[in-house]
Amino acid sequence: MTPSVHHGPVPFWRDDRVLKAAAQAISAVAVIGLVWLFVSNVLNAARQRGLDLGFGFIDDAAGFAIGESPVPFDPSESFGRALTVGLLNTLQVALVGIVLATILGTAIALARLSSNWLVSRIAGVYIDIIRNVPLLVQLFFWYFGIFQQLPPVRQSLTLPGPVHLSQRGLYMPWPQATEATGPWLATLLAGIALAIVAYRVLLRQQIVTGRTTHPALIALALLIGLPLIGWFAVGGRPFAVSIPVLQRFNFEGGLRLSTEFAALLTGLVVYTAAFTAEVVRAGIQSVSRGQVEAARAVGLTQAQLLRLVVFPQALRVIIPPLISQYLNLTKNSSLAVAIGYPDLFFVGRTIINQAGRAVPVFALVMGVYLALSLITSAIMNIYNRRVRFVER
Amino acid sequence: MTTAYRPDQRLSPVQWARKNLFSSPGNALLTVAALAFLFFVLRGLIHWIFFTANWEPVSKNFKLFFLGQYPADQVWRPGLMVLLVAFLFGLSWGARGGTVRAFAITLAVGMGVLGLLPVSLEAISLRLRLWFLANPLLVGLGYLAGRRLVRGVRPLVIGWLLAVLASGLLLAGVEGIPWLPPVSTNVWGGLLLTFVLALVGIVASFPLGVLLALGRRSSLPLVKALCTVFIEVVRGVPLVTILFMASILLPLFLPENIRIDRILRVVIGMTLFASAYMAENVRGGLAAIPAGQYEAAKAIGLNGFQTMLLIVLPQALRTVIPAIVGQFIALFMDTTLAVIVGLLELLAIGRSIVQGNPQWVTLQAEVYVFIGLLFWVFTFSMSYASRRVESALGVGKR
Repeated sequence: MTPSVHHGPVPFWRDDRVLKAAAQAISAVAVIGLVWLFVSNVLNAARQRGLDLGFGFIDDAAGFAIGESPVPFDPSESFGRALTVGLLNTLQVALVGIVLATILGTAIALARLSSNWLVSRIAGVYIDIIRNVPLLVQLFFWYFGIFQQLPPVRQSLTLPGPVHLSQRGLYMPWPQATEATGPWLATLLAGIALAIVAYRVLLRQQIVTGRTTHPALIALALLIGLPLIGWFAVGGRPFAVSIPVLQRFNFEGGLRLSTEFAALLTGLVVYTAAFTAEVVRAGIQSVSRGQVEAARAVGLTQAQLLRLVVFPQALRVIIPPLISQYLNLTKNSSLAVAIGYPDLFFVGRTIINQAGRAVPVFALVMGVYLALSLITSAIMNIYNRRVRFVER
Repeated sequence: MTTAYRPDQRLSPVQWARKNLFSSPGNALLTVAALAFLFFVLRGLIHWIFFTANWEPVSKNFKLFFLGQYPADQVWRPGLMVLLVAFLFGLSWGARGGTVRAFAITLAVGMGVLGLLPVSLEAISLRLRLWFLANPLLVGLGYLAGRRLVRGVRPLVIGWLLAVLASGLLLAGVEGIPWLPPVSTNVWGGLLLTFVLALVGIVASFPLGVLLALGRRSSLPLVKALCTVFIEVVRGVPLVTILFMASILLPLFLPENIRIDRILRVVIGMTLFASAYMAENVRGGLAAIPAGQYEAAKAIGLNGFQTMLLIVLPQALRTVIPAIVGQFIALFMDTTLAVIVGLLELLAIGRSIVQGNPQWVTLQAEVYVFIGLLFWVFTFSMSYASRRVESALGVGKR
C-alpha cells in the first residue's frame, strides 16, 4: 500500500488559518448574539416597567439615612454621595481588618511553628476550626450571638483600658489632637527620616570598612529619641486622651465603634487571620534548612538569622498570597449586608430597594469591587517582577 | 542547650515531654502559660456548654435544621437518598479502592458514631438511630458487593448517574404516583438545600469550567480574551453581588415569558461563580501536561479535538481532583450566602428559628454554634478524607 501524498494547495476546509478565523467569527457571533438578546430583553423590561437605566439619578437626593459614616451624611444629599459613604465604610473596615489580621495571623503562624508542642497544637486547632466554618456563620455568631446580647448601656461590661461594651457599641479611649500635635508630628517625621538616612549611611560604612557601626541600634535610638525629646520640647501635651464617661443616657467622649462594625471587624479578623497564618507558615517553611544551617555556620545570631536570611526569602513567598488574602477580606466585607453595617454593597442594595435602580447600581458596585481587585493584582504583578529570582 | 536525640530513637513520655515541652526555661514557661490558657478556655467552654447554654432551640428543631419545611410524612425520601449514596460509596470503595476509601470510611464512621451517641432516646429516636446505623451497614454491604461483583469503572459511573437521577426524582416527586407526591422546591431547606446547592453548583460548573480553561489557553485571540475577561470579572467581585444579580437581574435579562424558580436562580449564580474558579483549577492541570504529550498525539495523527479529549484532558483532570474537592468544600460553605437572597438553607433556618420565637431571642449564640459545628463536621471530614486521597494519589509528592 502506498501512502497517498497530497499535492497542490491545502483545501480551505483543512487550512489552519481559515479554520481559526471561522472559529473566531462563530464565537464572536455567538457572544454578540447573546449580549444583544440580554440587552434587548433588559431594554424591553425597562420600557414596560418604566425603569430608568441611566446614571442621571446619581445626583438626586438619596432620602435615606446611613447608620454610620466616617464623613457626615444627610438624607438630603445625593445617591452618589451615599455610595461614596458606603465605599469609605468598606475601605475603613477593610484597612483596619487587614492590619489586625496580619498581626494576629503572624502571631498564630509563629505559635504554629513553635518548637513547643502544646503551643503549636493550640494554634493548629484554631486554624482547623476557623477555616472549616463558613464566614457568614461566624459573623452571625459574633453579631447576633455576642454583640447583640451585650447588656444595656447602664450595665455595660468594662474591660481594662477602659473599654466599655454595651448594646450601644464599644467605647474606648482615643487620643485627640491639641495645638501641640502639629509640632510634635514634625519631630516624629524628622525622627523617621533621620533614622532611615542614618541606617543607610552606617550600613554602607559597615560594609566598606568591615567595622561594626550598629546601624539598627542607632537608627532605633533616633526613631525613638527625637519624638521623645519633641514630646517635652513642644510644650504642652501633644495628645489629650479622651476617656469615655457614662453620662445620663450614654457614654460621652472616647471613640465609639458600632456593634455592627465591631462584629464585622471581629469576624473578618478572626477568619482571615487563620488563612494569613497558613500563608506565613508556608512561607517560613519554604526557606530551605540548608540556608538556616549555613547561616548558623557563618556565626549569625538567632536574630540576625531571622532578619537577614529567613525573612527576606520567606517574604518573597508570603507576599503574593498575603495580598490575595487582603483582597479576599475586602470582598468578604460585603457580607456586612447580612448584619447591617452600611458598606458599599449595603448602600447599593438600599438604593435598589428604595429607588429601583438595579442595573446602574449593580454596574457601579461591581465596577468598584473589580477596580479594587485589578489594582491589587497590578500591585502583585509589580512586586513579583521586582522580587523574582534573577536566573542565569 | 537542647539535648540531642537520634532521629529514629523512640522517646519515652518523659523524654518526649522534655524535648517538646520543656527544652529550655523559656519553653517551660510557655508550656505553663499555654496550659493555664487551655485550662481557662476549656473550663469556660465546658461550663457554657453544659450549664449556661440552653439548647432548646436546637433540640426542638432538628427536622427543620436538616430538611427545612420538607413535609414531615415524606422525610423517608431524603433518608433513602442518603442510604443510596452510602451504598454507592461502599460499592465504589470495594470496586476501586484508593480514592473513595477515605470518604466511605469517614461517612460510615460518622454515621455510626451518631447512631451510638450516649444520649436518651428522646433526643435521638430509635428510628433515627436505626437509620444512622444503616449507613455503615450499607457501606459495608456495598464494599463486599463491589469487591465480588463489580468489574471496571462503567457499572460505577452508570450507578452514580442513576443515583443522581433517582435522588432528583425522590426529592422532587413525580406527578401521578400516589406514594411519591411532588414536593415543591420552595419547601426544600436546611442542610438538604445546602447540599443540593453545593452539589448542583459544582457538577454544573465542571463542564463550563473546563470550556473556560480551554478557551483561556486557546490560540484564538478573541476566544481567549472573552474567557479571560469572564474569569477575571467573576473572580474579582464578591459572591454576594453575583447571587444578588442572579436573583434580581436575571429575570430582566431573559424574555418575559420565561420564569425561573428562585432556587434555580441562586444555583445559576453559584454555577457561574464556581465555574470561574473551576477554570483556574483546570488551567493549572492543563499547564502540568508536558508538551511531549501534544507532540506525540500529533505524531500518531490525532487532530486537535482528539488530542484534547483522549490525551490531554484525562491526564489534566486527574491531577486536579484534589483541587476540585477543595473547591467543593469552599462552595459548600459559600452556600450560606443564599440566606442573603432569601433561601432557607441551613443558616437561614437558624435565623428564622430565633426570629420566629421571641422567647429564644437571647439564645442565638447556641443556634449559630450548632450550625457552625454542623458545617465543621462536614467540611473537616471532607477535607480530612481528601488529604488522605491526596496522599494516596501521591499528588504533590512527586
